Amino acid sequence: MNQVLRALFAPGFFASDPVHAALVVGAVVALVTGAVGVFTVIRGQAFAGHALGEVGSAGGSAAFLGGANPLWGFMGVAIVAAGLIELLGLHRPRARDVATGLVLGAGLGLAALFLYLDATSSSTTGVAVTILFGSLFAVSQQMLPSIVALSAVSLVVLAVCYRMLLLSSLSSDLAAARGVPVRALGIAYLVIMAVAVSLAAETIGAILATALVVGPPATALRLTKRPGGALVVAGLIGVAAVWLGIVLAYDSYYWPPAGHGWPVSFFVVALVFLFYLAAGAVTGMTQARRSRRSERAARRTASGCAEHPGDAA
Amino acid sequence: MNVPVPDPSADDAILNVDGISVWLAGREVLHDVRFRIMPGEFTGLIGSNGAGKTTLFRVILGLQTSSTGSVLVGGRPLTHRNPIIGYVPQKVFFDPDMPLRARDVVGLGLDGHRLGIPLDWGRRRQAVDAMLDAVDARRFADARVGNLSGGEQQRVLIAHALISRPRLLLLDEPLANLDIGAEGEVVALLARIAREQRIAVFISAHDVNPLLPVMDRLVYVAAGKTASGTTAEVIRAEVLSALYGQHVDVLRVHGRILVVAGAEGPPGVTFEETDGVAAGPGVVSL
Repeated sequence: MNQVLRALFAPGFFASDPVHAALVVGAVVALVTGAVGVFTVIRGQAFAGHALGEVGSAGGSAAFLGGANPLWGFMGVAIVAAGLIELLGLHRPRARDVATGLVLGAGLGLAALFLYLDATSSSTTGVAVTILFGSLFAVSQQMLPSIVALSAVSLVVLAVCYRMLLLSSLSSDLAAARGVPVRALGIAYLVIMAVAVSLAAETIGAILATALVVGPPATALRLTKRPGGALVVAGLIGVAAVWLGIVLAYDSYYWPPAGHGWPVSFFVVALVFLFYLAAGAVTGMTQARRSRRSERAARRTASGCAEHPGDAA
Repeated sequence: MNVPVPDPSADDAILNVDGISVWLAGREVLHDVRFRIMPGEFTGLIGSNGAGKTTLFRVILGLQTSSTGSVLVGGRPLTHRNPIIGYVPQKVFFDPDMPLRARDVVGLGLDGHRLGIPLDWGRRRQAVDAMLDAVDARRFADARVGNLSGGEQQRVLIAHALISRPRLLLLDEPLANLDIGAEGEVVALLARIAREQRIAVFISAHDVNPLLPVMDRLVYVAAGKTASGTTAEVIRAEVLSALYGQHVDVLRVHGRILVVAGAEGPPGVTFEETDGVAAGPGVVSL
């Protein structure tokens, strides 16, 4: 047993401060992105979510240039971008897609500029990698309270808007007829999503942020049919992916090339994807079993013979 | 079948539409529309696609302003979010991935416009179960709504609209995309609701025929103009010819009604459908 544990958790795992911080931040962020992401998926806003993450990299790199934590840059720019998308997007879904693409392009252009300036001013290229692909082990301990507080606020706002969001995701006509302020709700949701995506960008990087916002919720939607359940399951799947990713990344210091370790973001994103495939396989099998069972039942009724244990074989 | 109903008086009407006109993008979509609906009455809103049916519903729901005229719901002027009105919109697409069971959709009819999380679980569940029973949807209450058939989804949406106890139920093309069996079941269900609970049902359709057995009155829309009354009063060659602005014939075959463009119709008029009044001659699509 001990050997198994030792094989799984490399020496020093539980004593390391960066690991502790990574475990806490990763879990908190995964819970928020999971819950918020369920609505991203059912409202069909995965592209907008992805765009907010990438556009956020402009803010992240600018914040680095100014000496602030990238999270504030991610979030400031993502929220502004959310507002722009809403402003340019009018009401039609196609116009919204185009608006998202335009804002995405403009944001990435700024990111290219700031990342170049970051690299020239600090004479390191590591900044670009950290902003774009993240590093959970590099999250500063001082940011912990802010991250937890932001996450808590996002979850509270989500809970307050929960029923309205469900109704308007079902049909915006229906919601509007019931007096739901659909437009304001849409903006509020984009802001919550911008915060969630920024938190994800801080942990696994701006480019990979969507993986955490879309992956665990999409997996959860395959596994549960209850709305509340989907939020919880998505959060838990995210936590599992992040924690397992941290363990593997820590272990990877002993993998080739020795002494370097693989990026934790890679593991998290790979696990998110694997979970999604696994959930598909599981639901596929249950559906096949169910249809086989009903087919057998139909055959039995047709032939008029009584059920007997031999049938199950 | 179509016994003439005495002309409803304005005082008791649950819905009184009085001379409304609606302009959209420089075009008059509805022109001087006027009719009344009494409590418990089953009224059809008949017209081809693009005739202005959905626009009329949006005006009644307070989602679209009219440039002239007035609408009284339950004797009062229009407000945004009127609790007296239940609404089933056209073409609600339930994605199979949607994490909603039939009972969740019905529950959202009770409190989907509220802030916060539902707390009174017991009473909420009872109300939802009772509503599901009322529309005969209990057996698929726990199924994913995206996996239900079209007819089952319509029942769920009707339950969603009814659970807040409206006095007027608006349904926008609920029979579109249903097979004939499901169509008949939904119509029978709606007729029962109107009769038993005294809820006025106002249902739009492009084909009048499925509604013939249960309809008390109808409002016929063509090219933004309307005529209302009983089927016998409205579905006549003179009335419809005046609406369409060209000669049309009304044929009655095996208890079904066909509206077709007459010989004097402009050349090149095509018919989308041959089994109902949908074949509006030369009606411009919006």
